[in-house]
Amino acid sequence: MYQELKDEGFTVITVALDKDPDAARPWIEAAAPTHPSLIDTKHVVADLYNMVNIPTILWIDEQGRIVRPNDVAYGNNKYQQVTGLDADVHKRALRAWVKGERGAFGAERARALQRLPTAEHQEARAEFALGQWLWEQGRTQAADRHFVRAGELAPHDFTIRRGSMPMRNIDPMGPEFFKMATEWREAGQPYYHPLPDE
Amino acid sequence: MTFQPFTLIDAASIAKIDVSIDADSPLVSNSTLQSAIGWSVKPEGFCREEICIPAGAAITRDGLVDLAAFARLMGRPLVVDVAERALSLGAAAAERSDALQSLEASDFTLPDLDGKLHSLSQYRGRKILLASYASW
Repeated sequence: MYQELKDEGFTVITVALDKDPDAARPWIEAAAPTHPSLIDTKHVVADLYNMVNIPTILWIDEQGRIVRPNDVAYGNNKYQQVTGLDADVHKRALRAWVKGERGAFGAERARALQRLPTAEHQEARAEFALGQWLWEQGRTQAADRHFVRAGELAPHDFTIRRGSMPMRNIDPMGPEFFKMATEWREAGQPYYHPLPDE
Repeated sequence: MTFQPFTLIDAASIAKIDVSIDADSPLVSNSTLQSAIGWSVKPEGFCREEICIPAGAAITRDGLVDLAAFARLMGRPLVVDVAERALSLGAAAAERSDALQSLEASDFTLPDLDGKLHSLSQYRGRKILLASYASW
Protein backbone atom coordinates (compact mmCIF):
# COMPACT_ATOMS: atom_id res chain seq x y z
CA MET A 1 0.00 0.00 0.00
CA TYR A 2 2.86 2.36 0.76
CA GLN A 3 4.22 1.78 -2.74
CA GLU A 4 0.84 2.65 -4.20
CA LEU A 5 0.70 5.90 -2.25
CA LYS A 6 4.27 6.96 -3.00
CA ASP A 7 3.17 8.71 -6.16
CA GLU A 8 0.57 10.65 -4.22
CA GLY A 9 3.26 12.63 -2.39
CA PHE A 10 3.46 10.25 0.56
CA THR A 11 6.52 8.95 2.39
CA VAL A 12 6.83 6.48 5.24
CA ILE A 13 9.71 7.06 7.64
CA THR A 14 10.34 4.20 10.05
CA VAL A 15 12.46 4.65 13.14
CA ALA A 16 13.94 1.68 14.99
CA LEU A 17 14.32 2.29 18.73
CA ASP A 18 17.09 -0.26 19.08
CA LYS A 19 20.41 -0.10 20.90
CA ASP A 20 22.36 -0.91 17.76
CA PRO A 21 21.73 -1.13 14.02
CA ASP A 22 22.18 -4.90 14.00
CA ALA A 23 19.10 -5.38 16.17
CA ALA A 24 16.93 -3.65 13.58
CA ARG A 25 18.74 -5.05 10.54
CA PRO A 26 16.69 -8.26 10.14
CA TRP A 27 13.45 -6.29 10.06
CA ILE A 28 14.72 -3.75 7.59
CA GLU A 29 16.34 -6.27 5.28
CA ALA A 30 13.26 -8.49 5.30
CA ALA A 31 11.03 -5.57 4.41
CA ALA A 32 13.50 -4.30 1.79
CA PRO A 33 11.79 -0.94 1.99
CA THR A 34 12.11 1.84 -0.50
CA HIS A 35 11.35 4.37 2.21
CA PRO A 36 13.80 5.74 4.78
CA SER A 37 14.36 3.22 7.57
CA LEU A 38 16.24 5.01 10.30
CA ILE A 39 18.08 3.76 13.37
CA ASP A 40 17.50 5.68 16.60
CA THR A 41 19.85 4.10 19.13
CA LYS A 42 19.57 7.01 21.54
CA HIS A 43 15.77 7.24 21.45
CA VAL A 44 15.94 10.80 20.12
CA VAL A 45 12.58 10.50 18.38
CA ALA A 46 11.00 8.83 21.41
CA ASP A 47 12.07 11.85 23.49
CA LEU A 48 11.02 14.50 20.94
CA TYR A 49 7.59 12.93 20.38
CA ASN A 50 7.01 11.46 23.86
CA MET A 51 6.73 7.93 22.52
CA VAL A 52 6.23 5.39 25.26
CA ASN A 53 5.88 2.17 23.30
CA ILE A 54 6.12 0.71 19.85
CA PRO A 55 4.60 0.74 17.42
CA THR A 56 3.78 4.44 17.59
CA ILE A 57 2.71 6.30 14.50
CA LEU A 58 1.97 9.90 13.67
CA TRP A 59 0.98 11.78 10.54
CA ILE A 60 2.84 14.90 9.43
CA ASP A 61 1.53 17.04 6.60
CA GLU A 62 3.34 18.76 3.77
CA GLN A 63 3.92 21.84 5.91
CA GLY A 64 5.63 19.77 8.59
CA ARG A 65 2.69 19.91 10.98
CA ILE A 66 1.48 17.04 13.14
CA VAL A 67 -2.04 16.29 11.93
CA ARG A 68 -2.47 12.98 13.72
CA PRO A 69 -0.59 12.74 17.00
CA ASN A 70 0.84 9.58 18.59
CA ASP A 71 -1.35 6.60 17.82
CA VAL A 72 -1.09 2.82 18.02
CA ALA A 73 -1.31 1.21 14.62
CA TYR A 74 0.12 -1.94 13.13
CA GLY A 75 1.07 -2.65 9.55
CA ASN A 76 -0.71 -5.97 9.55
CA ASN A 77 -2.98 -8.10 11.71
CA LYS A 78 -0.29 -10.46 13.00
CA TYR A 79 -0.96 -9.31 16.57
CA GLN A 80 -4.68 -8.67 16.32
CA GLN A 81 -5.50 -11.44 18.79
CA VAL A 82 -3.32 -9.77 21.42
CA THR A 83 -4.07 -6.13 20.71
CA GLY A 84 -7.64 -6.28 19.53
CA LEU A 85 -6.72 -3.77 16.84
CA ASP A 86 -7.67 -4.17 13.19
CA ALA A 87 -4.79 -2.83 11.09
CA ASP A 88 -7.18 -2.07 8.23
CA VAL A 89 -8.90 0.72 10.17
CA HIS A 90 -5.76 2.83 10.24
CA LYS A 91 -4.80 1.82 6.71
CA ARG A 92 -8.14 3.01 5.36
CA ALA A 93 -7.89 6.31 7.22
CA LEU A 94 -4.30 6.77 6.04
CA ARG A 95 -5.16 6.06 2.42
CA ALA A 96 -8.10 8.50 2.54
CA TRP A 97 -5.89 11.20 4.03
CA VAL A 98 -3.09 10.72 1.52
CA LYS A 99 -5.50 10.76 -1.41
CA GLY A 100 -7.04 13.94 -0.10
CA GLU A 101 -10.42 12.27 0.37
CA ARG A 102 -10.48 12.97 4.10
CA GLY A 103 -8.77 15.47 6.37
CA ALA A 104 -6.84 14.52 9.46
CA PHE A 105 -7.51 15.94 12.93
CA GLY A 106 -7.94 19.72 13.20
CA ALA A 107 -5.35 21.59 15.28
CA GLU A 108 -7.48 21.85 18.42
CA ARG A 109 -8.41 18.16 18.36
CA ALA A 110 -4.84 17.09 17.59
CA ARG A 111 -3.60 19.07 20.60
CA ALA A 112 -6.26 17.64 22.85
CA LEU A 113 -5.26 14.12 21.84
CA GLN A 114 -1.58 14.57 22.63
CA ARG A 115 -0.12 13.07 25.79
CA LEU A 116 2.56 15.40 27.08
CA PRO A 117 5.73 14.43 28.98
CA THR A 118 6.14 15.16 32.68
CA ALA A 119 9.31 16.25 34.50
CA GLU A 120 9.53 12.77 36.02
CA HIS A 121 9.34 11.18 32.61
CA GLN A 122 12.10 13.40 31.29
CA GLU A 123 14.21 12.38 34.27
CA ALA A 124 13.52 8.75 33.39
CA ARG A 125 14.81 9.42 29.89
CA ALA A 126 17.97 11.05 31.29
CA GLU A 127 18.51 7.99 33.53
CA PHE A 128 17.99 5.67 30.56
CA ALA A 129 20.50 7.65 28.49
CA LEU A 130 23.10 7.37 31.25
CA GLY A 131 22.36 3.66 31.65
CA GLN A 132 22.84 3.12 27.95
CA TRP A 133 26.16 4.97 27.85
CA LEU A 134 27.45 3.00 30.85
CA TRP A 135 26.34 -0.23 29.19
CA GLU A 136 28.22 0.75 26.04
CA GLN A 137 31.34 1.18 28.20
CA GLY A 138 30.86 -2.30 29.63
CA ARG A 139 29.93 -0.95 33.08
CA THR A 140 26.87 -3.14 33.28
CA GLN A 141 26.26 -3.00 37.03
CA ALA A 142 26.29 0.77 37.06
CA ALA A 143 24.14 0.78 33.92
CA ASP A 144 21.62 -1.47 35.62
CA ARG A 145 21.21 0.94 38.54
CA HIS A 146 20.19 3.67 36.12
CA PHE A 147 17.89 1.45 34.09
CA VAL A 148 16.15 0.43 37.31
CA ARG A 149 15.80 4.06 38.37
CA ALA A 150 14.49 5.00 34.91
CA GLY A 151 11.88 2.27 35.26
CA GLU A 152 10.82 3.55 38.66
CA LEU A 153 10.32 7.05 37.25
CA ALA A 154 8.42 5.86 34.19
CA PRO A 155 6.99 2.45 35.06
CA HIS A 156 4.65 2.28 32.08
CA ASP A 157 7.12 3.43 29.44
CA PHE A 158 7.86 0.35 27.34
CA THR A 159 10.67 2.10 25.43
CA ILE A 160 12.46 2.41 28.75
CA ARG A 161 11.47 -0.71 30.64
CA ARG A 162 11.33 -3.14 27.77
CA GLY A 163 13.89 -1.21 25.72
CA SER A 164 16.49 -1.63 28.47
CA MET A 165 15.96 -5.39 28.80
CA PRO A 166 18.43 -6.34 26.03
CA MET A 167 21.04 -4.25 27.90
CA ARG A 168 20.22 -5.95 31.19
CA ASN A 169 20.37 -9.50 29.93
CA ILE A 170 16.64 -9.83 30.47
CA ASP A 171 14.48 -11.50 27.85
CA PRO A 172 12.14 -8.79 26.48
CA MET A 173 9.63 -11.54 25.66
CA GLY A 174 9.93 -13.24 29.06
CA PRO A 175 8.38 -13.13 32.54
CA GLU A 176 9.74 -9.68 33.46
CA PHE A 177 8.07 -8.19 30.42
CA PHE A 178 4.87 -10.09 31.15
CA LYS A 179 4.88 -8.66 34.67
CA MET A 180 5.40 -5.14 33.33
CA ALA A 181 2.63 -5.50 30.78
CA THR A 182 0.27 -6.81 33.46
CA GLU A 183 1.02 -3.83 35.68
CA TRP A 184 0.35 -1.52 32.75
CA ARG A 185 -2.96 -3.19 31.97
CA GLU A 186 -3.99 -3.12 35.62
CA ALA A 187 -3.14 0.58 35.76
CA GLY A 188 -5.70 1.11 33.02
CA GLN A 189 -3.27 1.09 30.09
CA PRO A 190 -2.04 4.63 30.65
CA TYR A 191 -0.56 6.73 27.86
CA TYR A 192 -0.58 4.12 25.15
CA HIS A 193 -3.85 3.32 23.48
CA PRO A 194 -5.36 3.87 20.04
CA LEU A 195 -6.85 7.25 19.24
CA PRO A 196 -10.63 7.29 19.13
CA ASP A 197 -12.14 6.81 15.70
CA GLU A 198 -13.34 10.08 14.23
CA MET B 1 38.62 22.40 44.76
CA THR B 2 39.66 19.39 42.73
CA PHE B 3 38.35 19.05 39.22
CA GLN B 4 38.04 15.61 37.67
CA PRO B 5 37.05 14.66 34.14
CA PHE B 6 33.42 13.60 33.89
CA THR B 7 31.46 12.44 30.91
CA LEU B 8 28.43 14.60 30.13
CA ILE B 9 25.66 13.01 28.10
CA ASP B 10 23.42 15.68 26.63
CA ALA B 11 20.82 14.35 24.19
CA ALA B 12 22.82 12.22 21.79
CA SER B 13 26.11 14.05 22.32
CA ILE B 14 28.94 13.13 24.66
CA ALA B 15 31.46 15.58 26.08
CA LYS B 16 34.28 15.39 28.62
CA ILE B 17 34.04 18.17 31.17
CA ASP B 18 35.88 19.03 34.35
CA VAL B 19 33.69 18.80 37.42
CA SER B 20 34.38 19.44 41.07
CA ILE B 21 32.09 17.61 43.46
CA ASP B 22 31.43 19.73 46.54
CA ALA B 23 29.02 18.28 49.07
CA ASP B 24 27.34 16.25 46.30
CA SER B 25 27.00 19.30 44.04
CA PRO B 26 28.58 19.10 40.59
CA LEU B 27 30.45 22.39 40.12
CA VAL B 28 31.85 23.59 36.83
CA SER B 29 33.54 26.71 35.56
CA ASN B 30 31.86 29.43 33.49
CA SER B 31 33.80 28.39 30.43
CA THR B 32 32.66 24.79 30.80
CA LEU B 33 29.06 25.92 31.04
CA GLN B 34 29.56 27.91 27.85
CA SER B 35 31.36 25.26 25.86
CA ALA B 36 29.43 22.22 27.05
CA ILE B 37 25.91 23.57 27.57
CA GLY B 38 25.89 26.78 25.54
CA TRP B 39 24.92 29.11 28.39
CA SER B 40 27.18 31.80 29.80
CA VAL B 41 27.35 33.59 33.11
CA LYS B 42 26.78 37.35 33.02
CA PRO B 43 25.84 39.95 35.65
CA GLU B 44 22.22 39.36 34.61
CA GLY B 45 22.56 35.65 35.33
CA PHE B 46 22.60 32.71 32.95
CA CYS B 47 22.36 33.92 29.38
CA ARG B 48 21.87 32.28 26.03
CA GLU B 49 21.51 34.53 23.01
CA GLU B 50 18.87 37.09 24.00
CA ILE B 51 17.56 35.25 27.04
CA CYS B 52 18.88 35.69 30.58
CA ILE B 53 17.70 33.98 33.76
CA PRO B 54 18.72 35.20 37.23
CA ALA B 55 21.26 32.71 38.51
CA GLY B 56 20.63 33.07 42.23
CA ALA B 57 22.07 30.25 44.30
CA ALA B 58 23.22 28.37 41.22
CA ILE B 59 26.51 30.27 41.30
CA THR B 60 28.71 29.53 44.28
CA ARG B 61 30.84 31.89 46.36
CA ASP B 62 33.86 30.84 44.33
CA GLY B 63 32.12 31.85 41.11
CA LEU B 64 31.59 28.27 40.01
CA VAL B 65 28.33 27.03 38.55
CA ASP B 66 26.36 24.39 40.41
CA LEU B 67 25.17 22.32 37.46
CA ALA B 68 22.38 20.71 39.46
CA ALA B 69 21.02 24.10 40.48
CA PHE B 70 21.41 25.34 36.91
CA ALA B 71 19.48 22.34 35.60
CA ARG B 72 16.70 22.96 38.14
CA LEU B 73 16.46 26.58 37.00
CA MET B 74 16.09 25.37 33.42
CA GLY B 75 13.54 22.73 34.39
CA ARG B 76 15.86 20.11 32.93
CA PRO B 77 16.62 16.75 34.56
CA LEU B 78 20.25 16.18 35.54
CA VAL B 79 21.38 12.75 36.65
CA VAL B 80 24.74 12.69 38.45
CA ASP B 81 26.71 9.51 39.05
CA VAL B 82 29.77 10.53 41.05
CA ALA B 83 31.21 7.02 41.28
CA GLU B 84 31.03 6.57 37.50
CA ARG B 85 32.08 10.18 36.83
CA ALA B 86 29.17 10.70 34.50
CA LEU B 87 26.27 13.11 34.16
CA SER B 88 23.19 12.94 31.97
CA LEU B 89 21.32 16.14 31.11
CA GLY B 90 17.85 15.73 29.62
CA ALA B 91 15.39 18.03 27.92
CA ALA B 92 12.88 20.03 29.96
CA ALA B 93 9.35 18.64 29.94
CA ALA B 94 8.06 22.14 29.23
CA GLU B 95 10.25 22.46 26.15
CA ARG B 96 9.08 19.10 24.78
CA SER B 97 5.44 19.82 25.61
CA ASP B 98 5.51 23.27 24.03
CA ALA B 99 7.03 21.86 20.87
CA LEU B 100 4.41 19.08 20.69
CA GLN B 101 1.53 21.44 21.33
CA SER B 102 2.76 23.83 18.64
CA LEU B 103 2.03 20.91 16.27
CA GLU B 104 5.22 21.75 14.39
CA ALA B 105 6.85 18.33 13.96
CA SER B 106 10.30 18.51 15.60
CA ASP B 107 13.15 17.93 13.18
CA PHE B 108 15.66 15.16 13.72
CA THR B 109 18.58 13.63 11.82
CA LEU B 110 19.24 9.90 12.00
CA PRO B 111 21.20 7.35 9.96
CA ASP B 112 19.82 4.49 7.91
CA LEU B 113 21.47 1.06 7.86
CA ASP B 114 24.08 2.32 5.40
CA GLY B 115 24.96 5.17 7.71
CA LYS B 116 23.42 7.75 5.40
CA LEU B 117 21.84 10.59 7.37
CA HIS B 118 18.22 11.60 6.84
CA SER B 119 16.43 14.59 8.32
CA LEU B 120 12.67 14.81 8.73
CA SER B 121 12.83 18.31 7.24
CA GLN B 122 14.26 17.06 3.95
CA TYR B 123 10.90 15.38 3.33
CA ARG B 124 8.95 18.62 3.74
CA GLY B 125 6.37 18.89 0.98
CA ARG B 126 5.25 15.27 1.34
CA LYS B 127 2.67 13.70 3.61
CA ILE B 128 4.57 11.59 6.12
CA LEU B 129 3.72 8.57 8.22
CA LEU B 130 6.32 8.49 11.00
CA ALA B 131 6.38 5.04 12.57
CA SER B 132 8.56 3.76 15.39
CA TYR B 133 9.20 0.10 16.12
CA ALA B 134 11.84 -2.08 17.78
CA SER B 135 13.21 -5.59 17.99
CA TRP B 136 12.08 -5.78 21.60
